Amino acid sequence: MLELRKICKTFNAGTVNEKRALQNLSLTLNDEDFVTVIGGNGAGKSTLLNAIAGVWPIDEGTIRIDGQDITNLPEYRRAAFLGRVFQDPMTGTAATMGIEENLALALRRGHVRSLVPGIRNHERKLYQDMLKRLGLGLENRLTSKVGLLSGGQRQALTLLMSTLQKPKLLLLDEHTAALDPKTARKVLDLTQEMVEEQKLTTLMITHNMKDAIQMGNRLIMMHEGNIIYDVSGEEKKNLTVDDLLRKFEEASGEEFANDRMMLAK
Amino acid sequence: MTSLLNALPGAVAQGLIWGIMAIGVYITYRILDIADLTVDGSMGTGGAVCIMLMLSGQNVWVAMGGALVAGMAAGFVTGFFNTFMGIPAILAGILTQIGLYSVNLKTMGKANQAINVDKYDLLVSLRFIKGVALYKNTIFVVAVAIILLIVILYWFFGTELGCSLRATGCNDHMARAQGINTDFNRVLGLMLSNGLVALAGALLSQYQGFADVNMGRGAIVIGLAAVIIGEAVFGKIFHNFGLCLLAVALGSIIYYLVLQLIIWMGIDTDLLKLLQALVVAIFLAVPTWKNRYLTKGRKGD
Repeated sequence: MLELRKICKTFNAGTVNEKRALQNLSLTLNDEDFVTVIGGNGAGKSTLLNAIAGVWPIDEGTIRIDGQDITNLPEYRRAAFLGRVFQDPMTGTAATMGIEENLALALRRGHVRSLVPGIRNHERKLYQDMLKRLGLGLENRLTSKVGLLSGGQRQALTLLMSTLQKPKLLLLDEHTAALDPKTARKVLDLTQEMVEEQKLTTLMITHNMKDAIQMGNRLIMMHEGNIIYDVSGEEKKNLTVDDLLRKFEEASGEEFANDRMMLAK
Repeated sequence: MTSLLNALPGAVAQGLIWGIMAIGVYITYRILDIADLTVDGSMGTGGAVCIMLMLSGQNVWVAMGGALVAGMAAGFVTGFFNTFMGIPAILAGILTQIGLYSVNLKTMGKANQAINVDKYDLLVSLRFIKGVALYKNTIFVVAVAIILLIVILYWFFGTELGCSLRATGCNDHMARAQGINTDFNRVLGLMLSNGLVALAGALLSQYQGFADVNMGRGAIVIGLAAVIIGEAVFGKIFHNFGLCLLAVALGSIIYYLVLQLIIWMGIDTDLLKLLQALVVAIFLAVPTWKNRYLTKGRKGD
């Protein structure tokens, strides 16, 4: 499915701010893998997702999706394969456009945009049904501007948009970090539901170790731009938060003293 | 008083012509979220190309088509600077604008080219304001052109491509994540905008009977003024996109009516540009001031 071979990315190379964000990282995902990604601040988690999404070119290595080399494709072309939800609820939607217009944009992901109408009547019924399932009362507000919605509603909408055209790979970059606990739970449940229903291959960054253990079939831990722990199946199910903390110390030789990580315990 | 009343139809006609220009500015400033300064140059380009084509014997439609294409080319250059060369949009616009000054000068061969309304078949003119058949009346002709233009733009921004252009201006992260080529869209928007601005320049030069290298100086400020006045006056009642464009055209007419009033009141016209700049600056500050002083719960911010 996804195949990363020895990818490297250094920011501000040759300056005092040089940051080797990804160092020879290799990772292979199987179809329908649901992988949770954890790691301290600056471990390279978001960099990994951005490298896959093509936000900027990588320095070395290759990225393949379903055997196709996408290393040199620009971000907008890779979007055909990818569904993305960002940490900031403002990033994933167009605030000045209506809910239905945002969905219509997402429905056309991966297709050539021509001079035919940007939204057709029969789509509205589809959108209404899908919005109803979110249980947020958005189904009767199709023409409302997305800027009027709460962060949680926008995140749920972004999630719906990212899966409207079934993506080959779903990238979730701490998509519940900016939400209150109750809303975060709801968006996570929704995530689980959509991933299972559409059998999506997923990479999900989280700071919540419990979620990282409970969700998905595989867990990877990152540190200093590489994967230091990769676990799946039964072994992952039996993990505890303490195990993860110990693993981190073992692998990195440092104490896992990240406030956000500790709080998430 | 009669002198003021006599001047009004001319003010409306000018306001309408600048309304087309202001709609072009609306596309970049409001939809693409770029303050595009190319327009100060492309306005003159439109005028120069139109007049020179007509003087060389082309009919008015060919001349206006030429102006449109030249304006789009100018927009393309700014877009190329901005996307392919990574130059910030404002600076890209300024560079193109400066370059266009020479282009306009070379196009005309001198700083100023006149066209005689009696010898050439012009579409609009100062002389076609009063005492001509309705279909020839400049106010009527330009008003029809604006309505046609609004209908076309309304259609375009409702298409898949048009929607993707709006998304690009609103949130380009989101747009790229949805597979939209934001660089292409930005170039396209700049071409569309400057094409319209050049068209307005072509009409203006016919209207005043000459094209001049300085005719576009400060055009961006007039365009912005029209956009802002239109939104301030009609923003509360016009929500539909087509009506928003109409508001911009009406804003431009209001601008020229107020200008006539100021001139009639006998203010020193040397001060006009200063007044204009101050008024636009204050209107542009309104959203910030509203946030800072009128939003509850953010005191002492």
